Amino acid sequence: MLYREAGDYKTSYTADSQTFPIAFDRYRYWVVLAVSFLVIPFFITDYLVNALFMPFLIYAIAAIGLNILTGYAGQVSLGTGGFMAVGAYACYKLMTAFPDVNILIHVVLAGGITALVGTAFGLPSLRIKGFYLAVATLAAQFFLVWLFNKVAWFYNYSASGQISAPERMVFGVAVTGPNTPAWASYLVCLVFVTISALIARNLTRGALGRQWMATRDMDIAAEIIGVNPLKAKLTAFAVSSFFVGISGALFFAVYLGAVEVGEVFGINKSFLVLFMIIIGGLGSIFGAFAGAAFLVTLPVFLKLIGVDLFGWPTDLVAHLQLVIVGFLIMFFLVKEPHGLAQLWRLAKEKLRLWPFPH
Amino acid sequence: MKDNGESFVTEDGRTIGEVMLDLRDITLRFGGVEAIKSISFDIREGEIRAIIGPNGAGKSSMLNVISGFYIPQDGEVWFHGKKRAPLKPYQVARQGIARTFQNIALFEGMTVLDNIMTGRLNYTKSGLLAQAIWKGKAEREETENREKVERVIDFLEIQAIRKTPVGRLPYGLKKRVELARALAAEPKLLLLDEPMAGMNVEEKEDMSRFILDVNDEFGTTIALIEHDMGVVMDLSDRVVVMDYGKKIGDGTPDEVRNNQAVIDAYLGVAHED
Repeated sequence: MLYREAGDYKTSYTADSQTFPIAFDRYRYWVVLAVSFLVIPFFITDYLVNALFMPFLIYAIAAIGLNILTGYAGQVSLGTGGFMAVGAYACYKLMTAFPDVNILIHVVLAGGITALVGTAFGLPSLRIKGFYLAVATLAAQFFLVWLFNKVAWFYNYSASGQISAPERMVFGVAVTGPNTPAWASYLVCLVFVTISALIARNLTRGALGRQWMATRDMDIAAEIIGVNPLKAKLTAFAVSSFFVGISGALFFAVYLGAVEVGEVFGINKSFLVLFMIIIGGLGSIFGAFAGAAFLVTLPVFLKLIGVDLFGWPTDLVAHLQLVIVGFLIMFFLVKEPHGLAQLWRLAKEKLRLWPFPH
Repeated sequence: MKDNGESFVTEDGRTIGEVMLDLRDITLRFGGVEAIKSISFDIREGEIRAIIGPNGAGKSSMLNVISGFYIPQDGEVWFHGKKRAPLKPYQVARQGIARTFQNIALFEGMTVLDNIMTGRLNYTKSGLLAQAIWKGKAEREETENREKVERVIDFLEIQAIRKTPVGRLPYGLKKRVELARALAAEPKLLLLDEPMAGMNVEEKEDMSRFILDVNDEFGTTIALIEHDMGVVMDLSDRVVVMDYGKKIGDGTPDEVRNNQAVIDAYLGVAHED
């Protein structure tokens, strides 16, 4: 009843092209923002932050990044883990080289460095498409992980070969290192997620997003209408890697604190983020959130039900999780390639007219 | 009909301008196959120029040469009195040449509005950062482009399907959206590859009216490939006839209709062995 277009007249093209054209959606958006910024920080605990909120928020940024590349621009990438590693190591090198500069600036710079690396690895996309491009990005994944293991300069010649984040303050509160309060690390991630989502949304609803989608849907027609394929594909790689780099930097500095590259940013990470956007929805910012939320909460939820409630062995639950994710990916690829976001969209479309569809 | 490079008046009393696009001795080969054999013709400002011929005559290849998909092995393309270096399709688009395809080439995952908005990409100058914050120049450009696009939407009478994903539209409407996308680019020269293929009589009449209106109201020069002879003869000012990659006729519809080589190509001719 509340979810209505009727009576909500748009009197300018700006109003018509806004992110949430329906009034109810706009209010909901502000409510969600208000709750996440003003309410949750007061109730958050270490367990909640580490098991749910931080992985959800950080993966959401990675999923937004990959969704720009794969969902909007149609370029399949299996290099997400490698690009996250670039973000993490760039952040580490910047943190240790310039300890006086604000960590937030380092995270953004790490995103910028990843954007450059991503663009370089995006060059093959001008010649190859689809599966072949996926394999080329797979090479990036393995090369980058190998590089960070092999060249000691990247981990400052530490004996363990790991990188670990030193303590850094923002406004007098630690946001990295062991003394970080739960709400601080939560807020840092939340700020980055919010800004990333806004930027991604603005880019995808505007001219650049149309270039990407046109290239995805039919590259020949895109070229004939004036899209430079080189520019479209490389900007997609750059913007996507920028977000992936930021998520990698946060994953290392704020979430884990210490990273061994092969373990954390291996090929599994690439697939995990890819599964997020497949389940959440290709070509949708909301889908990135839905997919990240789903794959982060699923193991927690299963553990709660399986281990704590029914007393099943832990390994059974872990395997059950793989089975469920595998099944869901097949289900979504066959039945609904646009994922949870499309189901949500269809529900909203029905809801607009409910209860009188004619 | 005079042909001295200057403007002249056709039989219907329409004024046709100077030569806009001049194709000189274009030869296009695919390996050993000669798709186009040394063809020359011109397209003049403001006219509707039809390219006709039996299947496989090389008509679509000709359009692909003009729009930059194929680079001819021989011959020159002159546009607005200047010789054109080999260009990529998107560079051709920037010179003011837009086209539609024989098999609809729309962006299926996008809405009608977004599809047509892609026609305005050449007019978007704001950078990545401006678009990311959606303020200032980016927002202004978006609104300006939207106004232009809305005019095209009104013109082609597709207001009702503005927000519909293109994949859900029926064939006839898709053809119209494709025309809209090309028009949104405000081209000087519009290339239409079989705009009426697969349409019923009513849809053909609609499309013919739109083509005439585009030519009339926007002054757009149009080159079109079409198989329906009735449509071609009614719409076009001048007709080029191709067969097996060669040009066998060129002139007004009446001249072409009475050309023996053209009649032979279409009706067949008894060979003497």
